[in-house]
Amino acid sequence: MNEAASVVWVISLPLLGALLATVWRQYAATIGWVSSALTAGCAVWLLWVVQRAGVQELALGGWEIGLGISLYADGLAAVMVLMSSLVVLGCSVYARHYFRAQRQHELFWPLWLLLATALNALFLAGDLFNVYVTLELLGISASALTALGAKRAALRAALRYLVVGLLGSMLYLMAITLLYAAYGTLNAVQIAEALQVDPLGWAALLLMLAGLALKMALFPLHFWLPPAHSNAPAPVSAALSALVVKAAFYLVVRLWFEVFAPLTTPLLANALGALGAMAVLWGSWSALRAERLKLLAAYSSVAQLGYLVMFFPLLAVLEGEARQWLFGAMVLFALSHAFAKSALFLAAGILLQYAGHDRIRELSGTTQALPLTTFVIALAGIALVGLPPSGAFLGKWYLLDAAFKTGQWWWVLVLVAGSLLATAYVFRLLGHAFGHLPAVKRPVVAATQEIPALALALLATFGLGLGAMSLWSWLAHTGTGAGL
Amino acid sequence: MVGLSAINPQFLYVCAGIFLFAIGLWGTWLHAHYVRKIISLNVMGAGVFLTLIAVAYRGEHLPPDPVPHALVLTGIVVAVSATALALVIIRRLEDATDE
Repeated sequence: MNEAASVVWVISLPLLGALLATVWRQYAATIGWVSSALTAGCAVWLLWVVQRAGVQELALGGWEIGLGISLYADGLAAVMVLMSSLVVLGCSVYARHYFRAQRQHELFWPLWLLLATALNALFLAGDLFNVYVTLELLGISASALTALGAKRAALRAALRYLVVGLLGSMLYLMAITLLYAAYGTLNAVQIAEALQVDPLGWAALLLMLAGLALKMALFPLHFWLPPAHSNAPAPVSAALSALVVKAAFYLVVRLWFEVFAPLTTPLLANALGALGAMAVLWGSWSALRAERLKLLAAYSSVAQLGYLVMFFPLLAVLEGEARQWLFGAMVLFALSHAFAKSALFLAAGILLQYAGHDRIRELSGTTQALPLTTFVIALAGIALVGLPPSGAFLGKWYLLDAAFKTGQWWWVLVLVAGSLLATAYVFRLLGHAFGHLPAVKRPVVAATQEIPALALALLATFGLGLGAMSLWSWLAHTGTGAGL
Repeated sequence: MVGLSAINPQFLYVCAGIFLFAIGLWGTWLHAHYVRKIISLNVMGAGVFLTLIAVAYRGEHLPPDPVPHALVLTGIVVAVSATALALVIIRRLEDATDE
């Protein structure tokens, strides 16, 4: 089959699944996990194609660039698609059992597959307007999925999530308008070539950064994340925290290192890094004080996104091979968080179903009742703290190394403080979970729920840590430089 | 008197668009009630669309650039669907009885 077809299939398979799941409601669950499994297969194929044949560019329907929808797959995009497809697959297998005997499951599957479609389309979008459309698709499906929680708190969180998402997209759309007025094109590569350092370029960059910072919950615009991520159903929380905020981060990376490269001064990078540092400290501190497990996980996401932004000031001053290593480390950190956080939210969902609550203080006996689930929480915790052999360990190691090499030692202080706080919140959780209760009944937990959570946690802790070397070679095929 | 006719109409439209965008942004951020936030977002959207339409203008004797028009159409569809979803959630919130 045509090699470029792999780019199309990772988007059209979940879309097809969403349509079929809407029509044949009684088979929605089966359609859902089958199409996510096929999509994951195609994502592997896509990565293989990009490895072998280089960057794939596709103009859908034969429309020339500038008029039609253009898709663009390089190493970075292929890795992100694979990440999202694997997390979606894990959550889909989990969700089959999770939503069993619940009215929401028929509503869940079409929205869920649309979310997967939007994510993959966003990672592969070749022009800035497609990015806007996929951002809106993502925001609307994510907010509708959050509202499936059905409680007042969930509805309120979903509404706020939707409004914040729309606000972010409007800022982004205004920036696109400015860029189109100046350069007459929406294609990312063409704008990157034509971009000039002038007030209009600055206005566009700042509008886009503001919109995307809102969407990726960068401190101090993180206020909407904890309620939305902690009130959604478990598989939805997992995807929101692992993937949806990552999509906004991916766009920031693309715009920062490719499209707006001449405008991104070290000063701006340092300002962004400072916000990241505050996110790390505030997010970790709030996670330590959180009373509920899902809230802890959500605040921990705020902190982890902060680390990702802290890579920017260091990437701004490094050059050559050192920069390539650091860029790869940033992607590795993002992947590691995606798998670890989705595993943690899935485990929290099992706990919530079993105990009926997720109050951390009252988790005594969890280890006796749910040994495998507790193991998943511990594994995910290892990756969140950044202990070896997790992928996050390598990510933090390179960050530390770069901070010393460039003499920007203050990032090290933040890194150490953040990691200590993370250790504290993970061990506080495990401390309560290991509390002994006499005669705890072992509940029957479906293996289809525990095993995907375990697989995702193992990927974050061992898979990414031990198999990290191949990531850099995958990223080598990243187009327009991607800073490489 | 120079009169308004001397001012480039495209410039006027762009300014009006940016003004609406700013009002909408301000309203979305400051109003506490969600219906007002949604209306503000729509005002903000109208501002962006107006700017896009003004950008499409290429002079009196040339047809306008079709690409921004297509973007506005897409944007309107997105805005309508998102507004509908937001209104449904607001209704559900009012009907919800738990807590």
